Amino acid sequence: MSDRHHGHDHDHAAIEHAEASAGYYELLGSAVRELLIEKGVITAEEERRTIEAMDKRGPHLGARVVARAWSDPAFKKRLIADGTAAVEELGIEMAPTKLKVVENTPEVHNLIVCTLCSCYPRMLLGLPPDWYKSRAYRSRSVREPRSVLAEFGTDILDKVEVRVHDSTADLRYLVVPLRPEGTDGMSEAKLADLVTRDSMIGVALARPAHAPT
Amino acid sequence: MTRDHGHHDMGGQPAGPVDQAEHLYALWEKRVDALLVLLSDKKRRIIGVDELRRGIESLPADAYERMSYYERWIASITANLVEKGVLDQDEIDARVAGLRVRDEARP
Amino acid sequence: MSPRFVVGDRVRVREAWPPGHLRTPAYIRGKRGIVCQHVGDFGNPETLAYGGDGQPRQPLYRVHFPQASVWPDYRGSAADSLEVEIYQHWLDPDQHWLYPEKGAT
Repeated sequence: MSDRHHGHDHDHAAIEHAEASAGYYELLGSAVRELLIEKGVITAEEERRTIEAMDKRGPHLGARVVARAWSDPAFKKRLIADGTAAVEELGIEMAPTKLKVVENTPEVHNLIVCTLCSCYPRMLLGLPPDWYKSRAYRSRSVREPRSVLAEFGTDILDKVEVRVHDSTADLRYLVVPLRPEGTDGMSEAKLADLVTRDSMIGVALARPAHAPT
Repeated sequence: MTRDHGHHDMGGQPAGPVDQAEHLYALWEKRVDALLVLLSDKKRRIIGVDELRRGIESLPADAYERMSYYERWIASITANLVEKGVLDQDEIDARVAGLRVRDEARP
Repeated sequence: MSPRFVVGDRVRVREAWPPGHLRTPAYIRGKRGIVCQHVGDFGNPETLAYGGDGQPRQPLYRVHFPQASVWPDYRGSAADSLEVEIYQHWLDPDQHWLYPEKGAT
């Protein structure tokens, strides 16, 4: 067996294995996981609980926040001023990241991207969709956002500012979409049904009030 | 002026249409995600998210493109664990080989 | 570390190309913008990435850039913008801004 430097050569070894078998990284994940459990670094129970917590998170959490913001102007004000503290009122813990909430208005449409990797408000939306992490989205959103939006079927008027947020550091972003017309007096639960994951990323608008779901 | 920068630093680069197809996360992928959550938590603080990112960014450009998201993660996590002496490259290789034998023996 | 910039300050992102783990995207280096938020102090990712303690914590800002000033061939609307989180050590005061522009936001 040849001498191997840690790190760099391992990457090459790993990549060579990948050529031979598509399942190499899945096996690597199992191997590392088993070894760490055997050595007491992690436990299977901790892993199970972590996955369970992850599975419980999804866009329904973010939708609740948006519905509350639409219904309660004082909450919306707190949400915009300090997103982290405001969502804590609803039992959502953002630490160690901080939450920045940006609101769509008739003047500004917000779009979120992480060009460097795939930073995403997981505590509010769950795991991100594949496209959010893709080369095409990460590279084009900052440069031609309207063209990307058009691919998602979203057309923003020229006079409206499309504002792209590149999530490069410790903030995670949530978009409050425009509240659809004809929703006065709707309950928060019914309002939450109109708030899609894509509208909270900014590639789409919220669902119209009377569209079939 | 633009100079050489990491392959991961792709903002503004030309690219084709956004493929909007989504896949359900496989258990092995969720386990890799959970692994990083645990390794970076207050109890352990073994690998930080910045170290994870640095490991991913160190992948050669062609590997970065070919590997899926969680494949990049497990490659980086493994490299970090070996670099820090938490695991040994040889024991990892032996375990992978053993798992492959078991996997192939399955009907 | 006390913050060097306040909201409204005109800044220019450093045109530097150091090795290592960086969170200042290549496309924004050398560009001019306006500070729109002082987010707070955070550990420096450039040293955290190598097992360092990230100290001293760095002030982090959100900086607003008109798209037209970032991309010479930008084809969207003249109103469009980009906002990027940038650490203080990547920002300099914008030396070329001498006079306030009429109607500047």
